[in-house]
This record gives sequence, structure tokens and C-alpha cells, in this order.
Amino acid sequence: MHSNPFCVLSMTMIFGLEGTAWNLSAAIVEENDVLAETTATYRPASGGIHPREAAQHHASHISEIVRETLKKGGKKIDAVAFSQGPGLGPCLRTVATAARALALTLDVPLIGVNHCIAHIEVGRWKTPAHDPVTLYVSGANSQVLAYRAGYYRVFGETLDIGIGNALDKFARSVGLPHPGGPKIEELAKQASYYIPLPYTVKGMDFSFSGLATAAQEAHKKHALPDVCHSFQETAFAMLVEVTERAAAHTRKKEVLLAGGVGANMRLREMLGMMCEDRGIEFYVPEKRFMGDNGAMIAYLGLLMFKAGYRTQVLDSRVDPDFRPDKVVVKWR
Amino acid sequence: MEIIASGAEAVIALYGNTIIKTRVNKRYRLKEIDETLRRERTRTEARLISEARRCGVPTPIIKDVTDFEIKMEYIDGDPLKNVITPELSEQTGEIVGKLHSCGLVHGDLTTSNIIFMGGKLFLIDFGLAYIDRTLEARGVDIHVLFQTFESTHEGHEGLIEAFKKGYSRTLPGAEEVIKRVKEIESRGRYA
Repeated sequence: MHSNPFCVLSMTMIFGLEGTAWNLSAAIVEENDVLAETTATYRPASGGIHPREAAQHHASHISEIVRETLKKGGKKIDAVAFSQGPGLGPCLRTVATAARALALTLDVPLIGVNHCIAHIEVGRWKTPAHDPVTLYVSGANSQVLAYRAGYYRVFGETLDIGIGNALDKFARSVGLPHPGGPKIEELAKQASYYIPLPYTVKGMDFSFSGLATAAQEAHKKHALPDVCHSFQETAFAMLVEVTERAAAHTRKKEVLLAGGVGANMRLREMLGMMCEDRGIEFYVPEKRFMGDNGAMIAYLGLLMFKAGYRTQVLDSRVDPDFRPDKVVVKWR
Repeated sequence: MEIIASGAEAVIALYGNTIIKTRVNKRYRLKEIDETLRRERTRTEARLISEARRCGVPTPIIKDVTDFEIKMEYIDGDPLKNVITPELSEQTGEIVGKLHSCGLVHGDLTTSNIIFMGGKLFLIDFGLAYIDRTLEARGVDIHVLFQTFESTHEGHEGLIEAFKKGYSRTLPGAEEVIKRVKEIESRGRYA
């Protein structure tokens, strides 16, 4: 009768809590939809994210965020999911503490989830992507991932800093306010020429630290828009090249873009061209599911809950370096 | 002319007994970046193929190099993946040991990139090759090969043991690299 396998009589309702970096977000999802989501964003007065200040921000807003979300969408929560890592230690610990308290209060299971995998799964949920190569680009993370034989494998990743942090680092050095990415994107549109900058792809990995430094140096001699343009073009070409190689290697027919830097229209355009030329599909979730959000944590929690995963409080310690390829995937 | 392979980066066409490897342009990146990369990579690849040959590793003879193209000898044999035996795996170990002892790393050692012709094994496709004498680079090189053994060949343990035997014969300090391969495996990253 029902073609949708999720269309069963009783729905599963999962509460998800995200707070690995500057976004604190709680959500409740069921199989088909996000029922509620509340977000509070830490904005540094000046400079970049200070991990302890971000954690204090999360600590002071978390009870109100949780209460609000429960009020909007909570009827019968089946489990509480939280970002166990990777992320900033102090932020992760604050969120994990709240998640444990909530699970114990509601007397429901706790599920620790991997933040990177949550980005992929929300993309598979909210776009037609079924088995994509994922380019996940955010402040701290830059990875090319694809599913194979029970794991999300990391095909390529940054050898030093994430692309978002590289953009922010450069932006700060030239006096642009945090977050730097959107401003760099705007300025790049006014560029008139390209300045050669270091293009670093080693095997399947990339590196951005040297590029950010070289861009700072270039700004001493060239106009800011030209440097912004050159920085973007170089960095994004590296990301797209490795994504294309992973697609060729795995023979997968889809590419999914995930993470906050995925908001950049030039990056989307470049990935779109690459996919078109290869004859494969390119998917980008709507903006609310690109950056860090509670819904993706709740949704991965839902998949894991239904596959039988449970995290005992004793095993719920956070892992700032939690790798996606450490998780055995039993829900696919 | 016949296109015999088309990868993420290059197209390989066969003209009689000559291969032409052309690095194709990528519309998504700026012309300046695109042409610099293709030119540098073409030149590096040709140089490393010749260098490997000078170190006693059988590779195709380079006939000509232009901006984005390498013309080279066609190695008209059987890919190792179709003919592999412990004996050939041991020979593979020997040539990879020679390559590494020369300071080169292949970067994409699979049983499709090793060709058996006229009683000899040839290494082809140096598109990802680079110069590196570190244990890590050598370890990853071998790890990639062992993974193709495991995923596509029966009796891979025997093949791996045979490889190690040949490799130790031509590379001083091979045991250290083999140790590193084990560590790389335990990290479970290179898929």
C-alpha cells in the first residue's frame, strides 16, 4: 500500500543537539520532516572563534534552546542524539553534558553521532543524492568522502587547516570581519586579474595553510579583490580536482556538496561544471542544511537509532578528532 | 587511432605502437591555473618515467613531450592483474624496490599499471609519481598495491609475501618500509 518504507504507523522522534563550533542548534526530526529547530550563533566581538568563549556562549544558551525546541516539536522523544565530534573540545563537552542530562531526564537512549557523517546523511535525506561522493567543506573540515563496504571512506582531506579557516585567516589578516568567506566571495567579483598562488594537491590530499600565507603576502603588492579572486580560484580548483578524482575512482554518479563553505556560489559553479562535463549529477541541499545544524544530528541519530545504535553514558565522552571512517555504518 | 583510456585527468590514445597521453583542459578552473598545472605535470611525468628507466625499472620509452602531451612507447602486454603469480609478484617487488631506492614513488601502484611483456614487468602511468624518500611515501605506495592484491586476487597473502621478498632484495632498509605499511593499514584511511 505504501511505497515509502518510512510510512509506517508509528514515527520515530529524535532530539538532536549540535554545537561543535560557533553554531549551537537543537532540532527534533521524524522520518519525513524536521518538526522543530532552534539555533543560537556565537559571534566573536573581534577576530575569530575563541573556543572557550564559544563554549561559554553555548553553556549560557543551551537550556533556553532545548526548552524552546521541546515546546515547538516535542511530544514523545525516542532518543537524544548529539555531536560527539569532531569539533572544538570545550564546545563539544558543553553540548555532550546537556545531551546526557536531557536523555537521563527524558529516560530515553543517548546516541553519539559523527558530525561529518551527519552532513552527508542530511544531504542524502534532503536531496535526491543516493550514493554520492561528498565534498564536505567547513571552517575546520575539508574532506572528500564516499561510502564503500560499511564505512564512509575519506578519499582526500586537508593536510593542515580547513578551507573555511584558511579563508578566515586571510580575511582577518586584511581586516575583514569574521566570517571572512562571504566577504571574500563578494570582493572576488570585482577582480581584474589572477595572481599565481601555490596549488597544493598531494595524491588525493590538499593543503591550504601555505596558500593563506601566500595570499597575505600577495596583498602587499596587489589589490584586495584580485587576491580574493586568486585565493578562491586556486583553493576551489584543488577541491574540485580531488572530488573529480574520487568520482572517477569510485565510478559514483553523484556529487554532494556539504558544509558551510558550500554556500559559496563560485565553488558551486565549478563543481557543477565538473559534474556536467563528467555526465554525473550534482546536488546541493538548501542552505539551512548546509552549515552546522541540529536537524542533521537528529536525523543521523534517527538512522542510527533504528539500526540499533545506543551510546552508554560511560562511552559518551567527546572526541575532538572523531574521524568519519571510524564509524561502522549499519544503516545503509 | 583508438582511445584506450580516459581518466579524471588525461586521455590515452593509441597510434600503432605509440601512446599519446594528453592532459585535457578543465573548464571549471581558470585558464592560467589549468595550463600551468597541465604543463608542469606533463613535464614532471615524462621526466620521472625516464628517471625510473635509468634506475633499471622498465618503463615506456619517451618519444616526444609537448606542452600537454607525452608520446611514448606502447607496452603491448598483459596487465599484471590478468597474469599474476607469486613469481611475478616477487619480480614486482624487485622493480618497486629499485624505484624506491632511486627516490621515486609511483603514487598509483595497481595491478593495472604493471604490464607483463616479453618476460619482463613494466611500470606505466606515472601521472601521480613524485620524488620522496620518506618511509611514509614508500609505505603508502606499497599499501595501495597490497590493497589491489586483496580486493582483486585470490591468495593475496602469498602474493604479498612474495612481493616482500623481491622488494627486500633491491631496497636496503626494506623492513622499515614493510613495518610502516602495517601501521598505515591500521590507520584504515587510504581507501
